[in-house]
Amino acid sequence: MTQIYMDHAATTPLRPEVLETMLPYFSEEFGNASSVYGWGRRARQALDRSRDTVAEILGAQAEEIVFTGSGSEAINLALKGAAKAQQKKGRHIVTTAIEHHAAYDSVFWLKKNGYEVTVLPVDSEGRINPEAVRSALRPDTILVSVMHANNEVGTIQPISAIGALVQEHGALFHTDAVQTAGILKLNVDELNVDLLSLAAHKFYGPKGVGALYVRKGVRLEPLVHGGFQERGRRAGTENIAGIVGLASALDLAAAERELESRRLARLRDRLFAGLQEIPFTRINGSRVHRLPNNVSVCFEFIEGESLLLNLDLRGIAASSGSACTSGSLEPSHVLLALGLSHEIAHGSLRLTLGRETTESDVDYVLGEIPEIVHRLREMSPLYQA
Amino acid sequence: MYSEKVMDHFRNPRNVGELSQADGIGEVGNARCGDIMKLWIKVENGVISDLRFKTFGCGAAIATSSMITEIAKGKTLDEAENITDNLIAEALDGLPPLKMHCSNLAADALKAAIADYRLKQSSAS
Ligand code: FES
Repeated sequence: MTQIYMDHAATTPLRPEVLETMLPYFSEEFGNASSVYGWGRRARQALDRSRDTVAEILGAQAEEIVFTGSGSEAINLALKGAAKAQQKKGRHIVTTAIEHHAAYDSVFWLKKNGYEVTVLPVDSEGRINPEAVRSALRPDTILVSVMHANNEVGTIQPISAIGALVQEHGALFHTDAVQTAGILKLNVDELNVDLLSLAAHKFYGPKGVGALYVRKGVRLEPLVHGGFQERGRRAGTENIAGIVGLASALDLAAAERELESRRLARLRDRLFAGLQEIPFTRINGSRVHRLPNNVSVCFEFIEGESLLLNLDLRGIAASSGSACTSGSLEPSHVLLALGLSHEIAHGSLRLTLGRETTESDVDYVLGEIPEIVHRLREMSPLYQA
Repeated sequence: MYSEKVMDHFRNPRNVGELSQADGIGEVGNARCGDIMKLWIKVENGVISDLRFKTFGCGAAIATSSMITEIAKGKTLDEAENITDNLIAEALDGLPPLKMHCSNLAADALKAAIADYRLKQSSAS
């Protein structure tokens, strides 16, 4: 049966070339990077090389890169670590209504622990206005966190403009670049960020490894204690194979980024054009400030989980922000923040494209979806044909 | 995560649609996640002779809707009123814990349709 994976925002397959670079560190080069003998030294060299690679791509210095066990951990460390280290300066944090749960929940954990939080609304396309950030800043604001691009609706934020005014104010600025690493250019000085997090498995690297950029001079209270790894910012024996994989995956992605982004954007627009022919379909997010691989729509009168099950029956893997798929039975907070009603958010579908996606995949999907939507609408008490 | 029975009813739902000459109509919404089921019943001599449904909801909601139309067909009103969500879930070889509430939707819609029928009867006589 046809199998088409269109959920690259959830995770991506590990590239075989990346796996090759990782393999020795699972077996013969198993050393602990803290050891003085040959095995340890070779592990240390691999670690240093990887750190250099990541730093270079981000326009940073090697000592500004901290490897973590996931993107979520990088985000938690950035927010909790910076907030705790700064608490004498103030306890006010600014963030947005569309952050990923890793950021959102970290900030709300801080709120429970005595910090004050301002959550900025977004416009109907999911964009943050830098001026709104400016007016939210207070003398006791220590930290601002805005995601680079949204994982559900693909909206890209004006990070550089926001960063400039946050830094001018003297607060720290974090961006969650988990969705953009490997897709958009990430230069920490152009973006005006002090903290930036990413996860390897979103750009064809392995799961279980992430990285955090920490601008020189920014102090972080560690989350994990127990050793001097990562300059005391993250204890634990380094996952050399994972870190090597992260670095080589990011390196490959950076080299191919421009061409691949253009290719993906063409496929994305082809998908949008086809989906828009289905009546009562709305596009979520911005058409202009949008990730090249993200397609997000809502089909009115139907529910996302039944849509996903039908797609799965035809070999298509996708995702939805419907309440019924969420586990909490609440629709996606992102779709609600864009101003969609619960009912409309129910019918959301996200297709995220990747390296293996071809034009014929897009056409296959466009051949199947209208029929599924029609069938579900025929079954829906809300739909009047 | 769904049983084969659930997927079977999801893929080929029984009795989808509307009954133009319905004797009772029940429409219920599910407060948990905002889904809606509408059920039409035909009653002959105190027995449910036919049913149709339309559902806006997840796979479990569609499968339980389909299943209840099969279970209720041929039952007396009193019997049909006693169909519980657990019974529907069992008939489908179980539902994931998070989806148990979806089977309420079907049981409630049937009760609402029967109540509607009874109301119409009493106002007609
Ligand atoms: S109808 Fe929403 S979870 Fe089943």
